[in-house]
Amino acid sequence: MTTTMTTDATATRVAVRAASVTKTFDTRGGIVTALQDVSLDVAAGEFVSLIGPSGCGKSTLLRLIADLETPTSGELSIFGKTAERARLDQDYGIAFQQAGLLPWRTIAGNIELPLELHGVPKAERRARATELLELVGLGDLAGRFPDQLSGGQQQRVAIARALAERPSLLLMDEPFGALDEMTREYMQTELLRICAETQAAVVFVTHSIPEAVFLSDRVVVMSPRPGRIAEVLPMRLGATSGRADDLREDPRFFEMVTAVRESLHGGAPSGRGEDR
Amino acid sequence: MTRATRVAAPLLLGLAVLVGWQLVVSVGGVDDYLLPSPLAIVAEMGEFLPTLLGSAGITGTNALVGLVLGTLVGILLALAASFSRTVDALAAPVVAALAVVPIVALAPVLNSMYGADSEFGRRAIAGLATFVPVFVNALRGFRQARPVHRDLMHVYAASRWQTTLRLTLPAARPFLFTGIRIASSLAVISALVAEYFGGPRGGLGGLISTSAASSAYPRAWAYVVGAIVLGLVFYVATALAERLADPMSSRPPRAGGTTSTTTQ
Ligand SMILES: Nc1ncnc2c1ncn2[C@@H]1O[C@H](COP(=O)(O)OP(=O)(O)OP(=O)(O)O)[C@@H](O)[C@H]1O
Ligand SMILES: [Mg+2]
Repeated sequence: MTTTMTTDATATRVAVRAASVTKTFDTRGGIVTALQDVSLDVAAGEFVSLIGPSGCGKSTLLRLIADLETPTSGELSIFGKTAERARLDQDYGIAFQQAGLLPWRTIAGNIELPLELHGVPKAERRARATELLELVGLGDLAGRFPDQLSGGQQQRVAIARALAERPSLLLMDEPFGALDEMTREYMQTELLRICAETQAAVVFVTHSIPEAVFLSDRVVVMSPRPGRIAEVLPMRLGATSGRADDLREDPRFFEMVTAVRESLHGGAPSGRGEDR
Repeated sequence: MTRATRVAAPLLLGLAVLVGWQLVVSVGGVDDYLLPSPLAIVAEMGEFLPTLLGSAGITGTNALVGLVLGTLVGILLALAASFSRTVDALAAPVVAALAVVPIVALAPVLNSMYGADSEFGRRAIAGLATFVPVFVNALRGFRQARPVHRDLMHVYAASRWQTTLRLTLPAARPFLFTGIRIASSLAVISALVAEYFGGPRGGLGGLISTSAASSAYPRAWAYVVGAIVLGLVFYVATALAERLADPMSSRPPRAGGTTSTTTQ
């Protein structure tokens, strides 16, 4: 049931290549197949969203790319390297579903953490943290501690931290899940601006159809039990770098939203009541 | 106002107890060997002040040496146990055994092992008493780091040393200090009680037992007060160290002293 991609990925640089990746977990209740036979290419600079019902393996796919899990079978390469090599080379930045800030570090200290670990001099770290805090609109909170921030603000700090080392690949797991609708739309526009600036490829997990449509070059629709790719939908909405808020009211936008919705529902005709 | 009452209430209570005690003894006519009056005890403390300070110094040093060594060994071993299952499996029964052994029961043995004029036995006992709560709490603390933070350090390709320094230790900080706070009292008590079982005299414990043996009850009580003060000094010192080590105690909005309220 794997849909191979339609764009010519071999011609451009490939950020992520998954070939027949399968991941199973050995649990007390038996073997859980989180992902089965997933094949997907993400081109450099491309924005790809993963969408699908809870438990269909979106986070697992992201964790495989990040070398936090290893595939049970299949091949995975990031910029032509193994996932481990790419991790050691710090080729990607990651923002988890939870912000995951260290509570004993200030906001600036949290953003500086990866830079500190990789030996960036102090003055440079400070400057970068200031710059990133401006970028996510939290310039005045540098000296605060995470528990003094709202959930949405913490999530923005986590995004700033993911961007700290100017990665050419961004992995994001529902980063805007905790944000209110206004901030969310603002952050989406900001994210597209940042991506246009940094030329980074993005693999973005979301539960929101409009979010996936607005942000993506392609939307990967996944289905559960076992997790696999049901369909890959190219968003015909023009370059992501040129998208602005008025796109949200564009008829083409609604067309794409409908397409994704139909694909999601078509992929699971018997509904959600299938849990074992 | 709240802060004033917080400080004043226990002071007033303490004063009331002392006054009541004094009245019971001097008006109620309780015998001196049963319960000396606070004033008699204070008088003894004044008279024997140099001895009191010197003996507190001896016992305090024993307790401190034991506390520092026991803490270091406890933390290092807990760190090793958190790294390696083998160490954990080896250490667990030993610590469980140590935890149920009344450590001071070793005092007579150690005192005779290391000779009558050595303080080593007492320091070893204070160290052993310290080691157990520090190890147990530290090991729990070293397992506090959240999975998302572990993932983060893995993603950053952080070395084990970097992860320990920047994640494991700070996450364990409250647990470490809980262990040390418990241990600080135990160290003083052990160092003191160990003196009851032979070895050189001159420490607070030794003086308490010799004074009591020669029926100098007010003097014995004076040394007991010295022991209480010594225990308090240790407690306050560790509490202070905990405050100093807390990175969040220096946060900018610092309303009212203890609880910082944040306004967004
Ligand atoms: N470490 C693990 N051990 C056992 N099973 C796991 C583990 N991680 C994930 N799974 C299982 O794999 C499946 C996919 O999980 P995953 O977290 O990838 O889903 P998801 O699509 O991200 O869901 P959500 O949208 O709720 O975040 C689930 O059935 C889950 O129970
Ligand atoms: Mg998930």
